Amino acid sequence: MPTINVIEHNGIAHQLSADVGQSVMQAVTFAGISSMSADCGGACACATCHAYLDEAWMDRFPPVQETEDAMLDIVPERRPNSRLSCQLVLTEGMDGLTLHLPAAQF
Amino acid sequence: MSIKSVVIVGAGHGGVQVAISLRQEGFTGRIVLLNDEEGLPYQRPPLSKAYLLGKIGESAMLFRPATFYAEQRVELIHDHAHAIDRTNRRVLLTSGGVLDYDHLVLATGAHNRPLNIPGAELAGVYGVKTKADADALSPLVKAAKHVVVIGAGFIGLEFAAVAAAGGAAVEVLELGDRPMARAVSPQMSDLFRSAHESWGVHFNFRCGVVALEGEAGQVTSVTITDGRRLVADLVVYGIGVIPNVQLALEAGLDVDNGIRVNSVLLTSDPAISALGDVAAFPCVQNGERYTRLESVQNAVDQGKSIAARLMGKAALYVALPWFWTDQGALKLQIAGLSIGADNYVVLGDAGAQQMSVLCFRGEELIAVESCNRPGDHIYARKILARPPALTPLVAAAQGFDLKTWEAENRR
Repeated sequence: MPTINVIEHNGIAHQLSADVGQSVMQAVTFAGISSMSADCGGACACATCHAYLDEAWMDRFPPVQETEDAMLDIVPERRPNSRLSCQLVLTEGMDGLTLHLPAAQF
Repeated sequence: MSIKSVVIVGAGHGGVQVAISLRQEGFTGRIVLLNDEEGLPYQRPPLSKAYLLGKIGESAMLFRPATFYAEQRVELIHDHAHAIDRTNRRVLLTSGGVLDYDHLVLATGAHNRPLNIPGAELAGVYGVKTKADADALSPLVKAAKHVVVIGAGFIGLEFAAVAAAGGAAVEVLELGDRPMARAVSPQMSDLFRSAHESWGVHFNFRCGVVALEGEAGQVTSVTITDGRRLVADLVVYGIGVIPNVQLALEAGLDVDNGIRVNSVLLTSDPAISALGDVAAFPCVQNGERYTRLESVQNAVDQGKSIAARLMGKAALYVALPWFWTDQGALKLQIAGLSIGADNYVVLGDAGAQQMSVLCFRGEELIAVESCNRPGDHIYARKILARPPALTPLVAAAQGFDLKTWEAENRR
C-alpha cells in the first residue's frame, strides 16, 4: 500500500494510501479529490487527469507514449514533468510519490 | 424555490457525474442516486474491450469507491424507479419506497435492441451491456472456436477484435455495406475493414440473420439471409440501443426518440432534467435538431452542465461531441458530428494504419476522424470548438497538418 502525496493547486495537501497496480488517477479520484475529473476513466482519451510529477519520480515510470504526448498538448500549462496520471501505474516501492495538480484540467 | 433535494435516476456516466459535480459546485442538500444494478456504479466502455480481455479488473471500472459516496453524502440506493408523481414531486420505487425531490434528473440510459429472431433465447447468445454480460462472456470468448458477431458498429467490432485475438474464427454480419457506416466516413470504414480482415475477421455485408439454431439449448449455427448457415458456438449482437423512456413516457413528459430536453437539458417539466443516452437535445453541431448521442463525453459534459445550472450558473449545453473506440491495435477518435458530410480530406497513411479524415459539409469542417493519430484528434477538438474555419482547399494542400495550422491561425 504505497502512500502518495497529492498537492492541489490551492495548496491543500492530501496523503493517500493507494494500491499497487492502481493508476495514480484512480488513487486520486477514489480519494474524492475533485480537482481531477478523469472523465474517460483511464482510456487516455480526455486529458482531464493531468498532474505534475515531482522530478525525483519521473524516471520511475515508463516514458510518455505517443497518445499521452498528443493529449498533453491540449492541457493548460504543460510542463516537462506533466503526465496523464491514468497512464501511471503504481508499483512496489512508490511510497512517498509526490505530485501537484494543475489549476485547471482540460 | 431553492433546491434542497435532487434525485438522480440511473447510475451510469451521466447520473454519477451529476452527483459528483453537484458536490463539486458546493451543493449541500440531499442527493439520491438510484442504481438498478447491483454493486457500485461502474463504467461501461471497458466491458467490450479491456475488461473482457482481462486487462483491467473490476475495481478499475468503478467510478468511485464506496467510501466516496458516504463521505460526499450521495445516497446510493439499489432500487428501480417505476413511476414519477410529478404533482407531488416524488419518485415511486419498485420496493414500495418513495423519494421526494425538488429536482429530478433522468439518466436512465438505453438498453440493447433485442434480436427478434427465432433462436435468440439460446444459450451462447449475448448482447454486451452490463458487467454481468461481460462476466458471462469472458470465459466463453477464450473457449470459442466459431464466433458470429451480428452488427458491425463500435460494440460489435470491439468484440470481434477481442474474439479474433483469442484465436476464434470470427464472422461479422452487417446489413449495410461497410463497417461503422452510421458513424464514420467510407475511407475510415475501409481502413478498419482491412485491419479486421488482417486479424482474421471475415465480413458478410448486406447480410441479416434469419434464425439461430441450437442443440440441447446451446447455439450451434446461424442461418443468414443469403441462405448460408454459419457454424457458431458463440453469438454476440450489437445492433443498436433503445433509450429507456418508459418512466418519462408514463409521467407524460415529451418523448420522441428519447426524452426531449431544451438547450439547458430541461424536460417539458421544469423540475425534471434528462441527459446522456436517453436525452434528445437540440444539438448545435447538428443544426439545433433534436439529437440523441450515445457516448461518455455526452453523458459527462451534460452531467456537469446540469449540476452547474442547478447551482445557478447559466448553462446552455453546447459542448463539442467526441467519441472513441479501441479495436485491436487501432484507436479511433472522432471529434464533431459527421452527419451530412459530403467532402473529405484524408491526412496520413491508411496502409500504416495512421490516418485522419477531415469531414466537411460544403466548406465547413464538421468532424475529424483519427485512427492512431491522437495529435490530429486533439487539434481537431480545438479547431472545431472555435473558429477560425478551416476550408477543404487549405486542408488538401501538400504538407498540411492540423497542429501547425492551429498554431498559425489561433489569435
